[in-house]
Amino acid sequence: MNWGGIAGLTIVLLVMVVSLLAPWISPHDPQLQNLDRRLLPPAWAESGDSRYLLGTDGLGRDMLSRILHGGRISLGISLSAAALSGVVGVSLGLLAGYFGGALDGLLSRIADVQQAIPFLVLAIGVAAVSGPGLPNLVLVLAITTWVNYFRVVRAEVLAAREEQYVWAARAVGCSSARIIFRHILPNVAASIIVVATLLIANMMIFEASLSFLGLGVPPGIPTWGRLVSDGRAYVSSAWWISFFPGVAIFVTVMGINLVGDWLRESLDPRNT
Amino acid sequence: MLRYVLQRLLHGLMVLWGVSVIVFLLMHLSGDPAAVLLPLDTPPEEVAAFRRQMGLDRPLPVQYLFFLSRVVRGDFGYSYHYRTRALEVVLERLPATLRLAGAALGVSLTCALPAGVIAALHKDRALDMLVRLLVLIGQAVPGFWLALMLMMLFAVRLRWLPASGDVGWRSLILPAITAGSFSMASIARLLRSGLLEVLGKEYILTARAKGLSSVQILTRHALKNAAIPTVTMIAIQAGWLLGGSVIAEVIFAYPGLGHLAVTSVSYRDLPVIQCFVAVMAAVVVAINLLVDLVYAWLDPRVRLYGNGY
Repeated sequence: MNWGGIAGLTIVLLVMVVSLLAPWISPHDPQLQNLDRRLLPPAWAESGDSRYLLGTDGLGRDMLSRILHGGRISLGISLSAAALSGVVGVSLGLLAGYFGGALDGLLSRIADVQQAIPFLVLAIGVAAVSGPGLPNLVLVLAITTWVNYFRVVRAEVLAAREEQYVWAARAVGCSSARIIFRHILPNVAASIIVVATLLIANMMIFEASLSFLGLGVPPGIPTWGRLVSDGRAYVSSAWWISFFPGVAIFVTVMGINLVGDWLRESLDPRNT
Repeated sequence: MLRYVLQRLLHGLMVLWGVSVIVFLLMHLSGDPAAVLLPLDTPPEEVAAFRRQMGLDRPLPVQYLFFLSRVVRGDFGYSYHYRTRALEVVLERLPATLRLAGAALGVSLTCALPAGVIAALHKDRALDMLVRLLVLIGQAVPGFWLALMLMMLFAVRLRWLPASGDVGWRSLILPAITAGSFSMASIARLLRSGLLEVLGKEYILTARAKGLSSVQILTRHALKNAAIPTVTMIAIQAGWLLGGSVIAEVIFAYPGLGHLAVTSVSYRDLPVIQCFVAVMAAVVVAINLLVDLVYAWLDPRVRLYGNGY
């Protein structure tokens, strides 16, 4: 029994369900401002209000509702960015690994160049010219992370290319496309799933970091990173504004990582 | 050995050339650079004159060659905001960032190395569990959030350390912990698994059989072999440390490159941004080169037969 994996899966499922149900289970409208009730501490604190479980922000908006709604957007961005990055990285990895030669050389050099530019540095560069917006954010995240998939898939395909089943498929006259998609892809799928899981966790942190720096989502959209950022102005007076969204990121990322480690251990044939 | 060094050097130069292409394309990513650079209400004839003056009316490859010939001479153009050469603006801030990233690496290694060794030596016992739990936490804590919490606790509540600016070494402590937190966990984790693998090898059994103490086995035989994947990890972490220092700099208002870059985004100061990306990439390439040389020192096979042995 892998208790860590089970705990992780429970966390991930819980976060996903709660985020999906956010519009129905939030106690308040996340955008509703109420200046009479601004900067209320959490309910259990001395001057807390039981209707605002996690307190309110500088404009009197309910933190719990904002965190629940923020989860939808943060998860949505991370999942779509990891998917887009996966489509690019996996396809290029399959091509480079299967065909090799000049194409592989070119793609591998591009991957080297990409890795020489730290994620946040490239993201700042791209954000500077592309401006804020959800599609741009997903694009930036995908552009800066496809190499993760590319390296793993390329290495696995390089090995798989020499396997007997590929030779057999070629001998009976399968086309390259058919060999790649019907025979090789299913065999590297396990690794892709592991990379994707761990990358989703990183995406959550990347997205939050960019939104925190003001380079991610446009103002007004509550993602977890932006919520932490909103609390910066109140560091000395209202700790709860930054604290709880950060805990949400932390718990979710830890859950995804636990699932990722579990998958890596159970899908890797060397561990059995 | 010389062949190996030259080969790595050439590879580094090729990567830098690739970076120059990316930096050049950044300018054109938004479509029309003139639209980014000029105010919205510029009359069309002025836009046309500007395009001619900047060479924007020429084909892209020609523009790139002009760009490259300027860049290799260190000319990234003038900063729109600071009104001086972009390279000067960036290089002026570089030492502060390198100091911070260095301190972050120091913090991260001082915590990660003992933690990794202790965990490996106490496999599956209480201390190992504790380290693994800390690693799990360390990899999930967002750096910027940790920074805010540290700031609340040590700067606002306890008033032990400065909350912002650069007033000597005490200003480095909180940013360094922030920037080092992520790589700390990864390095500890990798060192633990690396050591465990090495400790299961037969030559360790031999060393034990001929009566070496645990300390001797660890320092003479195990650590150097486990260091190879760990050093690779540190090279990969170089990017994380630099990225992490961007965040730390912004939060703690530390006057380094990251702080400069984020403010330059709001000014749309493209020359400074381009120069920032290029300089950061150059630092990463330099670190990787250094790590390749450390490899050769650690592993005689690399020295003799080159990278792939």
